[in-house]
Amino acid sequence: MDIVSQLQRQFIDYSASLHHEGFVDDQFTQLQKLQDENSPDFVVEVASLFFEDCEKLINNMARALEQQQGVDFKQVDASVHQLKGSSSSIGAVRVKNVCISFRSFCEAQNREGCLRCLQQVTHEYSLLKNKLQTLFRLEQQLLAAGGSIK
Amino acid sequence: MGLKQQQSHHHSVAVKVNEQMGTKRGYTFIQANRAWLPKFLLLWVMVMAFLSTWIYKKMDADNKVRRKEVLSSMCDQRARMLQDQFSVSVNHVHALAILVSTFHYYKNPSAIDQETFAEYTARTAFERPLLSGVAYAERVINSEREKFERQHGWTIKTMEKEPSPIRDEYAPVIFSQETVSYIESLDMMSGEEDRENILRARATGKAVLTSPFRLLGSHHLGVVLTFPVYKSKLPPTPTVEERIEATAGYLGGAFDVESLVENLLGQLAGNQEILVNVYDVTNPSDPLIMYGHQNQDGDLALLHESKLDFGDPFRRHQMICRYHQKAPTSWTALTTAFLFFVICLLVGYILYGAAIHIVKVEDDFHEMQELKVRAEAADVAKSQQFLATVSHEIRTPMNGILGMLALLLDTDLSSTQRDYAQTAQVCGKALITLINEVLDRAKIEAGKLELETVPFNLRSILDDVLSLFSEKSRNKDVELAVFVSDKVPAMVKGDPGRFRQIITNLVGNSVKFTERGHIFVKVHLAENAKPMVDAKGETCLNGGSDEGLLISGARQFKTLSGYEAADERNSWDSFKHLVADEESRYDASINMTVADEASENVTLMVSVEDTGIGIPLIAQDRVFMPFMQADSSTSRNYGGTGIGLSITKCLVELMGGHISFISRPQVGSTFSFTAVFGRCRKVPYSDAKKSNAEDLPSGFRGLKAIVVDGKPVRAAVTRYHLKRLGILVEVASSVKIAASACGKNGSSCGSKIQPDIILVEKDSWLSGEDGSLSFRMMDWKQNGHVFKLPKMTLLATNITNAELEKAKAAGFADTTIMKPMRASMVAACLHQVLGIGKKRQAGKDMPNGSSVLQSLLCGKKILVVDDNMVNRRVAAGALKKFGAAVECAESGKAALKLLQLPHSFDACFMDIQMPEMDGFEATRRIRKMESQANEQMNGGLDEGSARKGEWHVPILAMTADVIHATYDECLKCGMDGYVSKPFEEENLYQAVAKFFIAKPISDS
Repeated sequence: MDIVSQLQRQFIDYSASLHHEGFVDDQFTQLQKLQDENSPDFVVEVASLFFEDCEKLINNMARALEQQQGVDFKQVDASVHQLKGSSSSIGAVRVKNVCISFRSFCEAQNREGCLRCLQQVTHEYSLLKNKLQTLFRLEQQLLAAGGSIK
Repeated sequence: MGLKQQQSHHHSVAVKVNEQMGTKRGYTFIQANRAWLPKFLLLWVMVMAFLSTWIYKKMDADNKVRRKEVLSSMCDQRARMLQDQFSVSVNHVHALAILVSTFHYYKNPSAIDQETFAEYTARTAFERPLLSGVAYAERVINSEREKFERQHGWTIKTMEKEPSPIRDEYAPVIFSQETVSYIESLDMMSGEEDRENILRARATGKAVLTSPFRLLGSHHLGVVLTFPVYKSKLPPTPTVEERIEATAGYLGGAFDVESLVENLLGQLAGNQEILVNVYDVTNPSDPLIMYGHQNQDGDLALLHESKLDFGDPFRRHQMICRYHQKAPTSWTALTTAFLFFVICLLVGYILYGAAIHIVKVEDDFHEMQELKVRAEAADVAKSQQFLATVSHEIRTPMNGILGMLALLLDTDLSSTQRDYAQTAQVCGKALITLINEVLDRAKIEAGKLELETVPFNLRSILDDVLSLFSEKSRNKDVELAVFVSDKVPAMVKGDPGRFRQIITNLVGNSVKFTERGHIFVKVHLAENAKPMVDAKGETCLNGGSDEGLLISGARQFKTLSGYEAADERNSWDSFKHLVADEESRYDASINMTVADEASENVTLMVSVEDTGIGIPLIAQDRVFMPFMQADSSTSRNYGGTGIGLSITKCLVELMGGHISFISRPQVGSTFSFTAVFGRCRKVPYSDAKKSNAEDLPSGFRGLKAIVVDGKPVRAAVTRYHLKRLGILVEVASSVKIAASACGKNGSSCGSKIQPDIILVEKDSWLSGEDGSLSFRMMDWKQNGHVFKLPKMTLLATNITNAELEKAKAAGFADTTIMKPMRASMVAACLHQVLGIGKKRQAGKDMPNGSSVLQSLLCGKKILVVDDNMVNRRVAAGALKKFGAAVECAESGKAALKLLQLPHSFDACFMDIQMPEMDGFEATRRIRKMESQANEQMNGGLDEGSARKGEWHVPILAMTADVIHATYDECLKCGMDGYVSKPFEEENLYQAVAKFFIAKPISDS
């Protein structure tokens, strides 16, 4: 079917562009591989878990960093570590990279830097979320049209 | 590049040498006695002070002696001159006496009167400078007094100028010199002194002296000299009476001693220096002073006495000289001594300063050296950290590359493209291996690598390593075999991981460079190496020509595969000694083990022999240098970096052994190394079972087998593996012999060996007599000799389907035991063949591919512990994909709860970094729980009926950290391995395979 192959191409292109632009890496591909008949929504499930996690963590960090004095950097650091772990699991490279610099600011107890990083993380995260949601939408369309991802 | 490497290597050697030198230098004399230096200095100063005092004293004493000599000579000189002058005067008086006697008495009438005498004496006074004056007194007897008084016209007076009282005798002065004219007519006998003098003079006939007294005129101290004048000529030896009788008068003179001496001294040099006293010492207890003052301050310490002889035998005089002033301080001596002292002091100080300087310089040197070492260590640490970081950073993109390549390979590619992609993937993997190796080596060089000492089973590790390479060797048709001497203890203490690494390196190398023949790993005690060498010597003596046997036109060697090996020590001729040696000692083994166990350590000799391309002679001396390969073409042909052997060498040295090799180009190489392991004493059961105990089934104990193999070395290897299973083994060199052995058995009603199984080597089977064996078997069966037909199994490195069919037709069992042999694999095959125990799939030594992983993990229940929801989900997803049943826990505590015994989990994947309770802590607690349970269980149940394994759930760490330090810590707290996060298939397989492969057989 013309529409199917078109959708398929679109999907593949988009997926490749995500790789290309460095939003996701090999790990995301691995995740996609893990998805099979037994767990058809594996990637979406993991991704939504990730988004939830992210939002929670970002809120946590934002709250912690709002304190004018006595910012609990340990707590922030723990959150960043979590975020880093999740992002590397899902293959969100850019988020992960921001997390790495975020951690170094945390270690240096640099509130300004932390706030800047938090902004970046939030930005990267929402960007990624958009991208992935688009990808999932494409995937659904593809599946609905009767195509397969592979 | 190579040169650089070499230099750095040399550099580190140089540093080591320096260090050694440094420690040696530390024991120089100065360094060793540094605490004594100030004391030495003090001692030196004291000695020198003493010495200079001594010098001073000596010089001073010399001075004193000289001074004394000077004094005595001066004194003597004065005394002599005084004496001379005196005697001159005395002589003159004597002459005067003679004059008087001649002219006054012999002439008649007298030719001398007062006037003449005065005139004469005045004119001759210059002759007697010492005499103040002379006078002549006539002897007058009392009876003649009146006559005499009348004659002269005056009365005789006493000294007091009174008219003299009557006496026996008188001595009135009749002539006198003008200077003493006042004594005329005075009776000399009236003075006590003079009287005594007169009496003594006339008795002796010599000049006599009075004791000193104040002279009347001058008040100078003086003496009176009296000389007798005789009237008639005396006989030659007159008696005293005759003398007295003949005495006519007395000539006397007053000696002014004081002026005499004064004059005399005035004439001599050095008058100022000395004080002269003249004494009359007739009475030694009361010396009378004649000249000089009694109480004079002078140098009382030093005086010289000189005798004076004034010609009066009755009186004694002496001259005493002393210095005017005390001996002056001897400046010369003082200065000399002082200068000497100062010079010595300076010399001492210079020496001391030099010593201190040397010490300081040496200290500085040591300090610098230490700093240098520290700096180097810091440098190494830094570079290691750098390497770790870099490798981490490289791994991440490399994973991307590899992942992409894997993706690429999954797509439709032309064969060229596929080839390119595959090559790229292989290279990427090689790069990651290289990074790990570099990291390893950096760590060894930094000395950070610590070997652990845990009990482990050497044989099962060797089996594991061999199984890794089985696929490759089988593809190349290279025989891979391992043989461990019986005397090597079942369990040794050491670092199994590193030992495995060494073996893997060596075997890997061998596999890489070997295209035909065999690779043979042999382990025995290092002490056994000697008999082997001896044996070698023996064969040489017996004529070394039997080394190669001519079989079917090709030179055939008695090695494992028949190919020539570089080190002939591994050929059968010596090998059989080893085996025979073991057998002969078998009976004595009980004693032996007791004796052996006395020693704490056991040194193993491991050799890896291959029949590969060998190492070119020129490259042989740099084999162990990092990044050195035989030549640059090697890496092109065979891959690899050449760092492996250098790591191996480091590891072997860390294990207290050394590595060497013998290699002949185009023949092969034999690498041998020794390593020291601890002996395990009566290992507790739980410990032995812990991780890598040999989980071999015991179902085969007591079975009997015949191995048919034409090659004795290979037969010995087969026997070794069977023996481990408890099977009694006989070796037959050909099928025929085996058959006849069986046949004999049959006829003698099984009194001898009744084989349960016959293992036939493929080569032996193919060498022509295939029919005969089965024929015989059939024969036995029909004759009913055999109660149970022995099973026949083929041993092969690889086998084609056609051959397999043929074998089946010939009566062999379906299952062929594929080489390389491993005890567990052999056991599995035998299970199948003999139908003992549970039937299990035997040949699962195909270690790659997700299908294998699937088979491994399928149905396993696995617990994933991670606080990160996403991670947990991903890990679970990955494991589920391979068919595992996954449960999740979000914290260490939750995991502990789930793992409360008894549980049904087969494995646990544990994140390390978790809040509250991290992975290490959780693992520790789990292990503690398990060991408690195990103790209870072992206490309660008989060991035999206990569940085979104990509670020991494999725990694998999940970490993103690739640094080995983390890995070490994982092992330390009781984890069994680790997988990198995110999961990679191969990595996962390697980690999981370790304990899921061994399990099925043992899990019966």
